[in-house]
Amino acid sequence: MARILTSRRAALTPLLLLLPAIATMLFVVALPLVFSLWTSFTPYRLTRPDTLYDVIGLRNYIRLMSDAAFWVAFGRTVLFLAIALNVEFLLGLGIALLINRITWGQRGLRTIMMFPMMFSPILVGFQFKFIFNDNIGILNNALQSLGLTDQAIPWLVDARLAMFSIIFAEVWMSTSVFAILLLAGLFAMPRDPLEAAKVDGCNAWQVFRHIMLPFLMPFAFIAMTIRSLDVARAYDIVAVMTGGGPAGRTELLWTLIARVGYDNARMGQANAMAYVSTLLSVLFTWYFFRKLVAARRYMGGAQ
Amino acid sequence: MAGITLRNLVKAYGRVRVVHGIDLDIGNHEFVVLVGPSGCGKSTTLRMIAGLEEITSGEIRIGGRLVNDLPPRKRNIAMVFQNYALYPHMTVRDNLGFGLKIAGQPKEVVAARVQEAADILGLAQLLDRTPAELSGGQRQRVAMGRAIVRHPDAFLFDEPLSNLDAKLRGQMRAEIKKLHQKVNNTVVYVTHDQVEAMTLADRIVIMRDGHIEQTGTPMEVFNRPANIFVAGFIGSPPMNQLPCSAEAGGLRLADGTVLPVPARLAGKVRPGAALILGVRPDDISPEGSGLLATGEGAMVRLTVDIAEPLGMESLLYSRLAGQEVQSKVFGPRLVSPGEVLDCRIALDRAHLFDAATGRSLEAA
Ligand SMILES: Nc1ncnc2c1ncn2[C@@H]1O[C@H](COP(=O)(O)OP(=O)(O)OP(=O)(O)O)[C@@H](O)[C@H]1O
Ligand SMILES: [Mg+2]
Repeated sequence: MARILTSRRAALTPLLLLLPAIATMLFVVALPLVFSLWTSFTPYRLTRPDTLYDVIGLRNYIRLMSDAAFWVAFGRTVLFLAIALNVEFLLGLGIALLINRITWGQRGLRTIMMFPMMFSPILVGFQFKFIFNDNIGILNNALQSLGLTDQAIPWLVDARLAMFSIIFAEVWMSTSVFAILLLAGLFAMPRDPLEAAKVDGCNAWQVFRHIMLPFLMPFAFIAMTIRSLDVARAYDIVAVMTGGGPAGRTELLWTLIARVGYDNARMGQANAMAYVSTLLSVLFTWYFFRKLVAARRYMGGAQ
Repeated sequence: MAGITLRNLVKAYGRVRVVHGIDLDIGNHEFVVLVGPSGCGKSTTLRMIAGLEEITSGEIRIGGRLVNDLPPRKRNIAMVFQNYALYPHMTVRDNLGFGLKIAGQPKEVVAARVQEAADILGLAQLLDRTPAELSGGQRQRVAMGRAIVRHPDAFLFDEPLSNLDAKLRGQMRAEIKKLHQKVNNTVVYVTHDQVEAMTLADRIVIMRDGHIEQTGTPMEVFNRPANIFVAGFIGSPPMNQLPCSAEAGGLRLADGTVLPVPARLAGKVRPGAALILGVRPDDISPEGSGLLATGEGAMVRLTVDIAEPLGMESLLYSRLAGQEVQSKVFGPRLVSPGEVLDCRIALDRAHLFDAATGRSLEAA
């Protein structure tokens, strides 16, 4: 009898020890998740808490399907993500290759390269807002003093230019994620296959294309996974630089969701949007992760 | 197919010279082995031939063509690296065919040549695997296959077997030899293993500290080492080196023992000269238990320290003139430590070196 009790107590011990962690997880992750999912099935308005109990089923989601503003923001976010990631990849690759080649001052440069990441995105946003400002911005100022243009270019007003400016800020801030990871890849790269390729008849470009790049791709995909999560939730830089405007021309998913949820106080609808947007992130992560696994497969095991 | 010529080849890293003006002529179809202790500049020399290392001065010609300033891809050579250097993200098939693909060969030619190489090297079953899925020996074969598909002017090998275990090494050594007989290319092969050098080479080049010490066929460098370094490097166990001085009556060892001067060197010994007598372990053994000993000889008395029975023969570590010497006893003869043996030194195969310069008296 006593033995059964002790053994049962022994079986419970791990559970007991994990209890604080489980409770914390429930409180911090599960509860908000369930709560927000619940609100997406209600017409919950921040200003009227009683609407929480008013279940309207899938109506928020159905309205979403025909909400042009949402889908435009959705598409723009995908585009934003695609452009930013590709540009960051190419620039990061270039920087990593250059830093890898120099033999002197490499450490210093590696540190300097990280600087943009040390600033809060909000501050980066403010900085670029002032750089791109059409009246007082230093960019227009410089262009005008150089005589390249005589009018104020509406960097943050014109839809295309505004998207460009935001992407520029985003790229400025985060290219180093790619650069760092790709540089790590370059440091880890065995030298012999490169030399073998040279002897095998490759010129510099072919060595890069056929040997180096395949080796670096897993590192690039890690960076892409990290950055796709990051960019898909982009909010701060956009909010500061254009606030999604003018007239919604730079609206991304999360600026839209924040507007619907906080400005219009329609939290139920906003949460429905958020859940659909989360799908986007999951999709990108899954995609890059699959690419990563595929690229990693060859490298499996020591060579 | 082409020979390779090195003329006064120098390599310096900054102000440090590591290869000091090497001259070497490698004939067409010849299998030349560069051998020497670690750090003597073998790899550097090979990499200069490949074009992976810039040359500081001198000349390299492949097939008569000056290649000093040509990048590796224009030299039409193939190289096999110590750790194989396979392309990790390609299958064996793609690894083999990569060079041909880059050269723009049509698909059918690539496929045919890959198949041919795979058949020669027994890789046919492995063509769809990636390098990570191969054993060390198989990777080594792929690396060699990658070299032969291109039908290059010359093969360069940089210690291709040093990552394999002893048994596999022996096996691959035989395969490389067979391969050379089959494809009959010019080969430059780097190793620090003198057994590999002896067994594979048409000609051995022994290097030390960036200089060539001696060049010759395996038998030449074994039987007529040009200096003490070569004598100690080639042959296993290494040649015994006994300091002695030349006297009217012969060679006086450190303990006063006097041995006659080998007849073939008699004219070259100056009385009073400080010399080193070199005798291979095979040439010191008890009368009747050694190599067929009919030539001139001299008897010495050895005290055995250790005996290592190896089956067919025993290796003895004993003292002669206050110095440890290694010797061999053939046949089923048990030797115990402390035993005193009267041994015969085969003087007709002994060597004499100048103690100051290390040079063999034979060469002078
Ligand atoms: N990049 C370099 N910078 C400076 N010195 C170098 C460099 N590479 C090689 N060396 C020096 O050149 C000498 C010859 O090197 P090498 O690699 O040719 O030796 P090795 O004969 O191949 O030796 P091992 O049998 O150990 O491979 C060595 O003393 C080495 O320290
Ligand atoms: Mg080497």
